[in-house]
Amino acid sequence: MNKIKESLPAMAVIAILLAAWWLIVAETHSVIFPTPWQVVTGTVELIKDGTLFMHIGASLMRVGVGFSLAVLVAVPLGLWLGWVKGAYSTLNPLFQILRPISPIAWIPIAILWFGVGNASPIYLIFISSVFPMIVQTTAGVHTIERRYLRAAQNFGVSRRTLFRQVVIPAVLPQIIVGMRIGLGVAWLVVVAAEMIALRSGLGYLIIDSRNAGNRYDLVIAGMIIIGLIGLLLDGVMRLLEGLKSVRWRYAH
Amino acid sequence: MRTKIEVNGIRKSFASNGAELRVVEDVSLTVGDGEFVAIVGPSGCGKTTLMNMVVGFVQPDSGSILIDGVQRAEPNAKGILISQQGSIFPWLTVQQNLMFGLNDHPQADKKGVADHYAALVGLKGFEASYPHELSGGMLKRAELARAFAVKPEILYMDEPFSALDALTNLRMRNELLRILEEERHTVMLITHDVEEAIHLADRIMVLSPRPTRIQAMFNVDLAHPRKLTSPEVQELRVAILHELGVDRNAG
Repeated sequence: MNKIKESLPAMAVIAILLAAWWLIVAETHSVIFPTPWQVVTGTVELIKDGTLFMHIGASLMRVGVGFSLAVLVAVPLGLWLGWVKGAYSTLNPLFQILRPISPIAWIPIAILWFGVGNASPIYLIFISSVFPMIVQTTAGVHTIERRYLRAAQNFGVSRRTLFRQVVIPAVLPQIIVGMRIGLGVAWLVVVAAEMIALRSGLGYLIIDSRNAGNRYDLVIAGMIIIGLIGLLLDGVMRLLEGLKSVRWRYAH
Repeated sequence: MRTKIEVNGIRKSFASNGAELRVVEDVSLTVGDGEFVAIVGPSGCGKTTLMNMVVGFVQPDSGSILIDGVQRAEPNAKGILISQQGSIFPWLTVQQNLMFGLNDHPQADKKGVADHYAALVGLKGFEASYPHELSGGMLKRAELARAFAVKPEILYMDEPFSALDALTNLRMRNELLRILEEERHTVMLITHDVEEAIHLADRIMVLSPRPTRIQAMFNVDLAHPRKLTSPEVQELRVAILHELGVDRNAG
């Protein structure tokens, strides 16, 4: 009951926006810009002919593969950089230069290297999400409190125990934060990448709807679906933050 | 009594804004096997640095530290440090924390040992709890249990109960004495709390302000349980406070 009450203002804002949108389109008699209802019927059309789920599936698959590869690379690399001073001073400057390069700027090179198939967007997703996760993981290792490392040293535990029971769990909350950021960026990037080169995915749906007959109802439908799926993905990552073994870091 | 810890003329200084800050100046002391020694000193006098050198986290500039007559190298589980902030791992349950140092035991054994010590410190029923679900006093109990579980020969305690409220502090002292009755250990306690030192220790050393050295030594020849309001305790308290230069405020 309280939850419903709390979400009332947010619902109201969305409702007002929808109403204003509808009113303006109706008043201006726009022939191109759709009303909310036209977006709904457009969406239903896409669901009926099956293309919507095909596009969603294609985008999610690319994000899934690119993001998983990025996690597999970023977490061990971040731990290594955080733990070994020499690795940090050798590689961190390079990463700091690569990190601010927008994934969009990589698109020409991605097409050159990987062509216009799935590999290009997967590479772009990888490049965009790997750096935030490396940075977060490394920072996580650097901020492990000395008292915990000293306690481990004091009890004379093996290296294996040190990593499994101290270093990795201590950094895990930061890794999860990095994954949240990384997945958010990955979702932004897949749509941008699909607008350029591919024949499937939500980005392609948007560009194709515009090019093939100015179907702005489908453009907006695509945008809303991207927003909703992004929210859903973030929700999944937030579930990880609720794990009991990482709650110490977030719980207050 | 056999000598357990022998500290010979250790010194330590740190560089501070280009100047040399002498922190520990020529400290020598011995702690007997099974003895409870408290070291009392004013805030910022270098107590913690002294402790970190004895435990092995910090190397002295000169002098030597012998444990059982052997040069002490790296910190190890023969002497466990319990510090003011504590170091119970927040990402492990109480039971996992207590099992942490039990490297060589088989898994089932570890659980048994952990549960035994959880019960010993009064944490039965909290084995599956995470530290953030416990109170400050319970965290200290967990910390004691984790230390006792590895059967260390020496307990190093650096202001172990200072962060607790007065009542919990008193309770933890009694708790510590009760556990030490059951399992005797050599204890080296560092504190600024004179009453705590008198309550617990067999012998009290008073440190001077920085650069710190040992200024005075007192034997506490009182049987446990000690009555903190007794005239002997008060007399000792006044004498120690006098050494610390606060006799006018001693009441």
